[in-house]
Parts: sequence; C-alpha cells; structure tokens
Amino acid sequence: MTEQRSQTWRPNETMSSRRQTVLVIIVFGLFAILPVFRSDYLNYMGMRIAIMALFALSFNILLGYTGLLSFGHAAFYGVGGYASGLILIHLTSELILAIVAGAVVAGLTALLVGYFCVKRTRIYFSMLTLAFGMLIYVVCYKWKSLTGGTESLGGIPRGKLLGLVDLFPLGRYYFFVLIVVALAIYVIYRITKSPFGLLIQGIRDNENRIRFAGVMVKRYRLYVFTIAGFFSGLAGGLYASLESTMFPTICDWQSSAEPIMVTLVGGVESFLGPIVGSVVFILIKEFVVRFTQQWLLVFGIILIILLIGFRGGVSRHIERLFARNLPA
Amino acid sequence: MLMRAENLCKRFGGDFLAIDRVSTQFDKGVLTSIIGPNGAGKTTLINLLSGSLSPDLGKIYFNGESIEHLPIEKRVKKGICRSFQITNIFPELTLFQNIQIPLIYYHRRNLQIFTKLDQDETITEETLQILEEIGLIEKKDLKASALSHGEQRQLEIGIALATHPQILFLDEPTQGMNKVEKASIMQNVVRFANEGKATFVIVEHDMDVVFSVSQRIIVLHGGRIIADGTPEEIRNDSLVRKVYLGEDLWTS
Repeated sequence: MTEQRSQTWRPNETMSSRRQTVLVIIVFGLFAILPVFRSDYLNYMGMRIAIMALFALSFNILLGYTGLLSFGHAAFYGVGGYASGLILIHLTSELILAIVAGAVVAGLTALLVGYFCVKRTRIYFSMLTLAFGMLIYVVCYKWKSLTGGTESLGGIPRGKLLGLVDLFPLGRYYFFVLIVVALAIYVIYRITKSPFGLLIQGIRDNENRIRFAGVMVKRYRLYVFTIAGFFSGLAGGLYASLESTMFPTICDWQSSAEPIMVTLVGGVESFLGPIVGSVVFILIKEFVVRFTQQWLLVFGIILIILLIGFRGGVSRHIERLFARNLPA
Repeated sequence: MLMRAENLCKRFGGDFLAIDRVSTQFDKGVLTSIIGPNGAGKTTLINLLSGSLSPDLGKIYFNGESIEHLPIEKRVKKGICRSFQITNIFPELTLFQNIQIPLIYYHRRNLQIFTKLDQDETITEETLQILEEIGLIEKKDLKASALSHGEQRQLEIGIALATHPQILFLDEPTQGMNKVEKASIMQNVVRFANEGKATFVIVEHDMDVVFSVSQRIIVLHGGRIIADGTPEEIRNDSLVRKVYLGEDLWTS
C-alpha cells in the first residue's frame, strides 16, 4: 500500500477542514440546482455520478482506510439492487424501506462472505473476494425464479416516499437520490472520524503493532467489510430503481473493477477521492462513448494517463492547488 | 510477583531449541535487564512472554493467572505490553494518532463509530500528556515516518505506555541510537519506572545502559538462563564473563 504515497506529502499541507466543508457545500449546491436545467439527461447523469460516488466511497472504506483490496465489491452492490428491487415489486412501495432493507441484505451477505475472506490477508484476501463475487454473480443468473436470470429483473418501480410522494418522475427521484447519497456520505465520513475509524487505519498501517494495542484485527476487518457491503448495497438499491432493471452482470468482476478504477483515479488517500473520481470516470465514459465504438480502448488509455500523470489521484492535486494558492 | 514463567520451551524448524526450559519470575517495580550474546534467545523469550509466540511447553502466570494460551490482544488487556527491536509504529499516521490508538482501546471507545474522535477530551488530554512525557509534543501533528530514528524509538515506548501496562518489555530500546539519544530515552524509562508507570523488563546489548539502570540482570545463553542477580553479582560472575568472550566487554 505504499506505491501511491508521495514523499513530500505532509498533513499540514492538506486543506483546512473549513475549506473542505466549503468545497463540499459548493459541490452539493451544484448538484442541487442541476434540475433547474430541466434536462432528464442531466438529472440522469447526476444520479449516475452520485450513486457511483457512494459505491466507490464504500469501496474505499476497505481500501484506503483499512488496506483491503476487494475484487468482489460489486456483488454487494448487486445484492442490494436485487433485494431492493424484489421488495419493491412484491412487498412494499415505500422506497426508503426497500432501499434500506436491500442494504441490510447486502450487509448480511458481506458479513457471511467477509467471515471467510478476512481470515486471510493481502493477495489471498483479494482472491477470495473475487471468488465470492463470482459466486454471487452465478447465483444471480442461475436463480431464475427469483432474479429472472439473464433475462434480468425488470419493471423495478421507484415507489413512493412516505406513502405520499410518487417518485417516478425523474426530477423527483433525482432529489431522493441526492439526499440519500448525501446522508450516506455524511455517515461514512463520521465513521472515518470516529475512534473506530482511526483503529481501522491503524490496522492498515501496522496490523502487527495494533494487536499490541488490544485490537483483534480479523474481527475489525469483518466489521469494516460488513459496513462497506451495507453502503454498497444502498448504492445498488438506488441504481435498481434508477434503471428499473437489474442484470446479473452488475455483480461480476468487471463491475467490481469500476469502484477500483474510480478510487484510484480520484485518490485512495483522501475522503473526497472516490467522489472526485466518480465525476471524472462517468463524464469521461459518457464523452468517449459519443465519439467512438472503441470506447473501452480509448477509455483505458485515458485512465492510464490519469493514473500515471496524477499520482495519488486527481483529488490530491486539487487539494494541493488549494493548499498552495490560498493562505492557510 | 507479577509474572512467572515455568519451564518454557520453544523449538524452531523441528530441531533448533531457541528457549530451553526457562523458568523465572518478575516482581513488580524491579527494573530488569535481559542480556546475552546474539542468538541467545532474548527476543524469543520476549515473544513468548508477550504473546507473539506460543510456547511448545511450559507455563506462564500473570498475577496468578495462567496466560500462555492467550493471544496477544488478551494479554494486552491484562496489562502486558512490549516495544519492538525494529521500530514498529504507525508510519502514515501522525504522532498524535499513534498515541491515540492504544488509548482508544484502553478507554473502551473502540466500537464507537459515530462519535468524533477529535472531540474526545479524555483521550486528547491523555495523548498530549504522554507525548509531553516522551518529549515529542511539538511534533504531534507530523507523520510518524517523518521522525528521526531516535524519535521513533521514543514513540515506540510511548505507544506501549499508552496501553497502561503493568509489565512492559522493551526489546532493545536504544538500538541504533547515538549516546545522547540513548541517555535521553533511558532517562525517560528510569523516570517512568520510578513513577510506577510500569515494571520494565529490558532486552539490551549496550552494557553501559544495562549496568546503569538495572536493579536485576538476567543472562541468557543458548536458550537458557545462566545467571540471574544484581548488577554487582553479574559483573563478578565468571561464567558470564566467559560467555561474553573477553573481559574487556565488561565495564567496571
């Protein structure tokens, strides 16, 4: 976990927390006024970015904060989406309930999977997460009666808010997504700043030493894995109602690669990294698709340039810009 | 009697007996040094007592309770801690955070996920106090990796002390330090010992250090204790002299 570390980076060069708060408010404000343009396309893109930001943030709790590289994180995203979708189709039209329940199912799945994965570290952990991710993917496409298999789970509604507000119109659903994502991001932020949050960073930095501080490392890794799975599932639920369809491929390893790329591009070491990375990632993807059939190739090249050119991630460079140009 | 070891044995690779029927005890408040030539088994003994390794045979008692089967984390909770020969800190975290970590556990805040760590006054105050005591308070917001070697060794001890141990094993605390740094760190250790912060058991190679601070010296050789007594007794022990290959290694 040391390749991305820049030697000259010191804590007193980061943006002050006040400046960070201002930046966050500005970004949130920009997202909040987006519907003014009355463009379904813009709203849709905004939601895609917000959902990816939550997905990538949940992933970075594992990577950036605890030092665990998971190749199967999309499995929980998918489980959350399927669970939420099925609840909306069969049980209730209360969207909040469905999405949170979906996230809980994803969290429980992560608890079960994590129990086996955290027994090992580093490459073995990563391989185990990849294996379990693919296992869940296979379950999703084989269990046709539940998930519709490769024919997909379609017709997922957006339900209602508190039984009153119909969330089908894109403009309304946009605000729902924005608020849920903003709240979830705030909760994740509070966790990273909590005593528990420091302990998991200690595990990342020196798992041997932290045992001598009384921390049972495997147990804490499992806690983090479960929390990450929960928030990943929450993002999945929001996605399911956005697209109104769930495919098994949402759970596979290619899908799991997305939060990895997003986080690396945005910056592993900062809290805002995955958020910045989501904006960059989704915008580039949309842009590139318009110009060429070979979008994957072009996209890959752009990513390589970003990863090499912006060591430490884009957000690190933005932070440096702010730290240098403005008085402390 | 704080800690007692009975007939500890540890074998590596099937045939190398690193610790051979070691029995000893540690009394509260007695600053003890463990010395011996390289390969004598000093670090292995610390590993066995602190929990980094499990003994193949033998028993360890702490405050009368049998602990040889307990993992590291449980021994830390009971009041046993150690520092490391090769500096083992949290390099990417600040000094302040390095000290906060053991304090979080000690004050049972470990499962709090929604409270703001920065606003925890108890932990903040105690963190500052410990940093002050080890002389590193001005550097509290620097990343631990930015410290000099000597300062990192000080931090090592600070992290161990933050667990509020009853017995603290220091594995070569002055390793790699110059005379000034050694004096500074040992002054701190003696002061902590006198203040009753913990019972210190120190593995050391520097005989000046050993003879100036110890109340008791244990000599290990080939995995066995060959001498155990006051500095004066050890200085005059002929077997110890022989083992250290030459009397000029002794300071008189």
